[in-house]
Amino acid sequence: MQTNFFRKIIFDEKSRSLLIQTLVIGLFALFIYLITQQTAYNLEKRGISSGFDFLHISAGYDISIRLIPFTSEDTHLRAYFVGLLNTLMIAVCGCFLATIIGFLVGIIRLSSNWLFRNIAYVYVEFTRNVPVLVQIILYYSILLNLPKIKQAIVIFDNFYLTNRGFFSPSPIFKDGFSIVAWSLVIAIIFTFFLKRFFKKKQEETGKQYPTFMINSAIIIFTPIIFYYIMGMPLEFDSPVLKGFNFKGGMVIRPEFLGMLFGLSIYTAAFISETVRSGIISVSKGQREASQALGLKSNFIMRLIIIPQALRVIIPPLTSQYLNLTKNSSLGIAIGYADLVHGFGGISLNQTGRAIEIMMMVMLTYLTISLTISFFMNLYNKSVQFKGNA
Amino acid sequence: MSSTTIQIISRSKYYNWLVKNLFSSWVNTILTVIALIFVYQVGSFFLSWAIFDADFRYNFQGELIIDRGFCSKNIMPGEYGACWAIIFARWNQFMYGLYPIEEAWRVNLIYALLPLAIIGILFDKIPFRRYFIYFTFIFPFLAYFMLYGGPGLSVVGTNKWGGLLVTLFLGVTGIGLAFPLSILLALGRRSKMPIIKSLCVVFIEFIRGVPLITLLFTANVMLPLFLPDGVNPDNLLRALVAVTLFQSAYMAEAIRGGLQAIPRGQVEAAQSLGLSYWQTTRKIVLPQALKIAIPPIVNTCIGLFKDTSLVLIIGLFDLLGIGRAALADMTWTKLYYEVYVFISLVFFIFCFGMSRYSLYLEKKLKTDNS
Repeated sequence: MQTNFFRKIIFDEKSRSLLIQTLVIGLFALFIYLITQQTAYNLEKRGISSGFDFLHISAGYDISIRLIPFTSEDTHLRAYFVGLLNTLMIAVCGCFLATIIGFLVGIIRLSSNWLFRNIAYVYVEFTRNVPVLVQIILYYSILLNLPKIKQAIVIFDNFYLTNRGFFSPSPIFKDGFSIVAWSLVIAIIFTFFLKRFFKKKQEETGKQYPTFMINSAIIIFTPIIFYYIMGMPLEFDSPVLKGFNFKGGMVIRPEFLGMLFGLSIYTAAFISETVRSGIISVSKGQREASQALGLKSNFIMRLIIIPQALRVIIPPLTSQYLNLTKNSSLGIAIGYADLVHGFGGISLNQTGRAIEIMMMVMLTYLTISLTISFFMNLYNKSVQFKGNA
Repeated sequence: MSSTTIQIISRSKYYNWLVKNLFSSWVNTILTVIALIFVYQVGSFFLSWAIFDADFRYNFQGELIIDRGFCSKNIMPGEYGACWAIIFARWNQFMYGLYPIEEAWRVNLIYALLPLAIIGILFDKIPFRRYFIYFTFIFPFLAYFMLYGGPGLSVVGTNKWGGLLVTLFLGVTGIGLAFPLSILLALGRRSKMPIIKSLCVVFIEFIRGVPLITLLFTANVMLPLFLPDGVNPDNLLRALVAVTLFQSAYMAEAIRGGLQAIPRGQVEAAQSLGLSYWQTTRKIVLPQALKIAIPPIVNTCIGLFKDTSLVLIIGLFDLLGIGRAALADMTWTKLYYEVYVFISLVFFIFCFGMSRYSLYLEKKLKTDNS
């Protein structure tokens, strides 16, 4: 009887897997239990209190790069949001720039011009084989070696390139500017419907309309017309040199630019590779067939090649966006005040709540990652073959 | 484009190549000229900066450069060439960190033996491969003994390690330790047991969802909190734990790709022959899956090797950390470009080498399968 019982456990697949899983979960629970016990003991011995009450204490440090107002009296919770916004800002700007550079380089790598193609190749090999951190620090040191404020490089009279950042005029919105902004939004929505309308027309009659030209004209001219109707409600405040610094205008700090260049130049190399392989993956017959139908070469690219290439490009592109977002945590190396630098670094040192803070930071990144992959999956579904089970 | 290609058969093949690749049309010719000017400008600037106008050990007056005041560019206004003397002056630190210089032969020996230890894994058609593989398994113990010390050798604490030694140590050990772990994770993720599967999925997705720097911070700050008194891993070991866990999650995904590519029939055939799960996995599934997965695995290894530079942020002196320390020294400060270009070059050599190897494998696998 007893031997039968053991036999059953060892040789019957179901009961064996039940046994193994019970063991694993038991060991896992024991592991967690031991660690929490030990941690609680260690914390108590070192006199470190725990809990999330520190979030409401004033932070006591300043953050120079911020999208929302922040002073040293504000709470750690606010410091968290300042850092989060900075992380999101660099991630969005970086992804945007990296996509543009990446697509350009990817297409150049397929150029029929040998020299062009190989310049792009050298760019890709040199940027993707050097750590992104080294690149960020290198570009940052180049930016810091720009001329001092007094000898600023002047571009178009009102833009100044210095070692303290890029100074440019800042817009001042006066009454009535909101109407101009709204007119732009409405124009964009309108063109969206117009595009559908033209497409429907084209399907009915077979006649092609210059949709792109008309829509661009609408989007460009509507706000300009409203701008003049409302009496030009926009002025610029130019930076003026006063003493040792510029007054007025706005400034993009070298920390931000260093991060932006480092992240986007590095990631663009990877994106260009996915773009290249995506375009190669579209079979040659597709191009030949569309040439045989008499399509012009830019139509072939836009209507035949790119839509099919996107199916291959989107999944790896998503993971590049994720990588860029995670790499934006390297701001701490050059003092860019992102989530890890401000909240995860300075707040942690001041409060000593390592566990709580690291948990919050990690969960935040996890949430961002999951959100990006969720939306990219949606987009991916929309470009995949339809009705082709 | 192709309609305008001029076919001149009587000319030489070089002429044809030039026409086809550089001057096939008006637009192409203009692009070629622009590209030539660009290459000339960038190339001549970089070469004169890095080589022709640069100081190596001696400046233009023939003096040995002992601090940045001796660099030509700091003596002569208008000179801009690089001053590589900082690399020569700090060479030992870049290679060994603060490792006692009279013991540096131990590190050199390990550097020299490292290629022998991995060559057996990288290439399958070398003579005496079996002995190389044996050596691969002995090597970690040998390396530990030589680098850290033990009976007969003085102990050199890991706080003295630095530069390329730390970079290679984290890269190679991280990959080596992550490999078995990642196989288990990949198998676990495809397991039919829901609890094991979900544990593996949560672990892999969690690690892949957070930046390495947060893991390094966590390991650095929290590992001592988790462990009992007296067990206090040093900084390098803490970083190694984080790097290994990180790498194992990424490698597991690469291996999972390989596992998915194995047709079900292989497993079913093995089972019908009466092989157990572990026999099937070890003798049928893994050898095929790993072979397919090698190129993506190498890619994750390149990623990890680059990511080892992050340990600078938790205060370890890897290659980049040593470089920054050199720049913080008053005698050499401000020679950023020289230091960062040198570090970039070192990383480039390793990573480019690995990516070439990965390409070579891909080509080989293609011919193997056809």
